[in-house]
Amino acid sequence: MRTVEILSQVAADHPEPDELCQRLVQACVDALPVTGVGMVLMTDFGPAGVVAATDGPAATMEELQFTLGEGPCVECSRTGRPVLQPDLAASGPSRWPGFSAGALEAGIRAVFALPLRVGGIRLGVLDLYRDEPGDIGEKELTEALHFADAATSLLLHLQSLAPAGTDVLAVPVLEDRAEVHQATGVVSVQARVPLPHALALLRARAYAAERPVLELARAVLDGELRFDGHDD
Amino acid sequence: MNRQTRLAQVFVELADTMVEEFDVIEFMLMLTERSVELLDADAAGLMLADERGSLQLVASTVEKMRLLELFELQVQEGPCYECWTTGLPVTGVALAEAVDRWPTFTPVAMAAGYSSTHALPLRLRGRVFGALNLFTDAEKPLDPDDLALGQAMADVATIGLLHQRTLVERTVLSEQLQTALHSRVLIEQAKGVLSERAGIDLGEAFDVMRRHARGNRAALTTVAQAVIDGTLDHRILVPATP
Repeated sequence: MRTVEILSQVAADHPEPDELCQRLVQACVDALPVTGVGMVLMTDFGPAGVVAATDGPAATMEELQFTLGEGPCVECSRTGRPVLQPDLAASGPSRWPGFSAGALEAGIRAVFALPLRVGGIRLGVLDLYRDEPGDIGEKELTEALHFADAATSLLLHLQSLAPAGTDVLAVPVLEDRAEVHQATGVVSVQARVPLPHALALLRARAYAAERPVLELARAVLDGELRFDGHDD
Repeated sequence: MNRQTRLAQVFVELADTMVEEFDVIEFMLMLTERSVELLDADAAGLMLADERGSLQLVASTVEKMRLLELFELQVQEGPCYECWTTGLPVTGVALAEAVDRWPTFTPVAMAAGYSSTHALPLRLRGRVFGALNLFTDAEKPLDPDDLALGQAMADVATIGLLHQRTLVERTVLSEQLQTALHSRVLIEQAKGVLSERAGIDLGEAFDVMRRHARGNRAALTTVAQAVIDGTLDHRILVPATP
């Protein structure tokens, strides 16, 4: 019933569909002892787009996980289970070296990632970030899971607004990864490797250059950066 | 065991079946059996409206073909049909006096040995989904308590039904969402692959794939996948390529 309450709070006074998810992450950060919340769509390729994120480091964290292809959100989606990391400084670096370094630098000390799924179908992840280490309490976890259920219902509701019989994505996405996917295609031809490998090349290069993967993707699309030499 | 205690047991039993691996037919069957038991009836059936708007029997306590006819006849007339079209309970109808009301249904019901019949609507927020139909051998009206109990059983059936629909709808929508996500990624990647192979820009690459999809009545995602797999050569898509 708490899930229904959350949904009615989020949908109060009938906001535009593209505001719903932003309201949900805001309600979530207000209701729980966390400092940032992000909601991400996932596919088998990894993160497929940020649907909503609170102000502050949440959006940066989602970007980081997309750049690296690793992190609690990616792991949570792959396993379909919550990933609870109450002390990122202590146990994060061995688990996700790249992500932990970036997250700690941004002041994140604890991460809790909850899967958004229907049966065996994975739709996305709700990420909770906090600037202090410490376990999430049992009551808080229950509350967070209600928010995850509400987020799942919201995604399904938004998708139900799509015209019938189409494959159109009806969930509004903040951060569109289109350029990264296009660049992945280009790199796979240049480097003669399959797509997942091409994306990994792009990510590795971004990480090494300490630049967002989106920036490198644009450089590839503009022809400023090529991946066809053997030195790549 | 008194009826109150048994009733509580039945509701727990019904609630127990509303788990993830929910079998709607099994649930409806249990509901008809318990309705017969609790309301001291001799037979019960549950009829639901299908998408084309006609009533179908989903579960009943009778197995003989001859008796099943009782429900099949109710497509145009009879207690269920009446209950479903009006949304109101039809109670305590003595079949001996119902020949004019339901000329086809009544003789069959009487020949089956029944004397009276009732039908209670399955409804939610003004919509009627179907009806719970009861038959008794003796001519016996339902008292207000029985009626309330019967309606409670019908309401439980409605909830079970909606629960089932919700599970199915959720699955369909989430599959749609996942497909949509996947095809977006796929199409963007294919644009990148084709633009690099054919030396054209991304916009052209997209137009070319879309034209090919339309011309061949294929889905855009199928064309995109073929471009990625290399099974659709860029020289076929873009003949002018040197």
